[in-house]
Amino acid sequence: MPKVKLPRSSPSIDMTPMVDLAFLLVTFFMLTTKFRPEEAVSVTIPFSVSQTKLPDNVTTISIDSSGRVFYDMDGKDTRIQLIQKISDNYSAQLGGKLSDQDIMRFSVMGAFGVPYAQLKQYIEANESERKTLNAQTKGIPIDSLPHDELADWVQYGYNLSLSDWYDKKAKNPEMLPPRFAVKADGNAKYEVVKKVIDICQKAGIQHFDLITSMKMKKN
Amino acid sequence: MADVNTGGDGGHGRHQKKRAKKLPTRIDMTPMVDLGFLLLTFFMLTTTFSKPKVIELTPPVKTNDSTKIKDTLALTVVLSGNNKVYYYNGELKQDPDSNNINLTDFSDNGIRKVILARNSYVLNQLAPLDQQRQSQHMSDTVYDKAKQKIQGSKYALFVIIKTDSIAKYVNVVAMLDEMNICNVDKYALIDASKPEELMIEDYNHKHNIK
Repeated sequence: MPKVKLPRSSPSIDMTPMVDLAFLLVTFFMLTTKFRPEEAVSVTIPFSVSQTKLPDNVTTISIDSSGRVFYDMDGKDTRIQLIQKISDNYSAQLGGKLSDQDIMRFSVMGAFGVPYAQLKQYIEANESERKTLNAQTKGIPIDSLPHDELADWVQYGYNLSLSDWYDKKAKNPEMLPPRFAVKADGNAKYEVVKKVIDICQKAGIQHFDLITSMKMKKN
Repeated sequence: MADVNTGGDGGHGRHQKKRAKKLPTRIDMTPMVDLGFLLLTFFMLTTTFSKPKVIELTPPVKTNDSTKIKDTLALTVVLSGNNKVYYYNGELKQDPDSNNINLTDFSDNGIRKVILARNSYVLNQLAPLDQQRQSQHMSDTVYDKAKQKIQGSKYALFVIIKTDSIAKYVNVVAMLDEMNICNVDKYALIDASKPEELMIEDYNHKHNIK
């Protein structure tokens, strides 16, 4: 009997299932990832045991530890309408109306915290210039003297996102109403937060979401 | 699938000669796998799944009419700077010798103990419900409804959270969180009044607190 010769071949593993899996995961992560623009302001949020998640369609007002106020709103279309309103009504403070290009740039911009006087400059700035502006700014003015600019942003933004919600609700009844979130630094003075909440209340907003990060409940 | 028509390496060697004029179309998939995993790693690291959590706050609409709360059910907490919490039961007694006002902190044995002790009515009512839910004799919706009813009952503790001008936001959030932990549903968030600030000053003076 001749010896049975074992075939010599390199051990080749069928990698197909692994590749399939890898690409499945890649696709999943690609589709679920949402790139955020870099945060304009760094805020250390306090802890809580709350389990309620931050809803979608939210306007976020950030307050950093030194009490500077930043404004951010979801929704590109509503942002365009908002900046157009502001540009029409406050062109004197802005130093002239904003161009169409500025309006488009604003619509994809993240949170900002500059008064009207610097808004045009901020919109037209590039990334590194914005960083310096963010570091230097005193935030959106919240005092009624000379002018409470946050109240304008909040009032117009709220009205626009409300009417946007009514329009969309006709098609999609599960759409949730716009919400207001306050993302304040733990070391911020409560007085400032209270002032911001007061301004929002005057604009007719009744519910607020205080953004916190999760802490495990101790038993 | 990737090893399409390799013609077989081993046992079929003899037959191969007859029909194999086709070249084996074996593709080296290693670079593709490398790329795949590179992308996978990148997206895994950049994705953030967890959305931040929120505490819902619905401040009352400002009106001029005031509601009187029974003294025995009221607990007033005054948040001040340096993580200090002053509290008093019922009404503020403006007599400095009454020792009406006390000082505590945010530790587990601090303000939480005070609130839990005062909130015994709600906690006692909730205990059997908690048990039933844990042994799964009660659905979450039923539990939530019953809990809401107990927390809103007229015998439930009412906490008045006051803040002075140097209070930090983190303390307010901590206090709202305590409300959640201690099952207090009835609370209000308002500014500290002048008499309270004076009494706190007096307390600090008496106990040598800066």
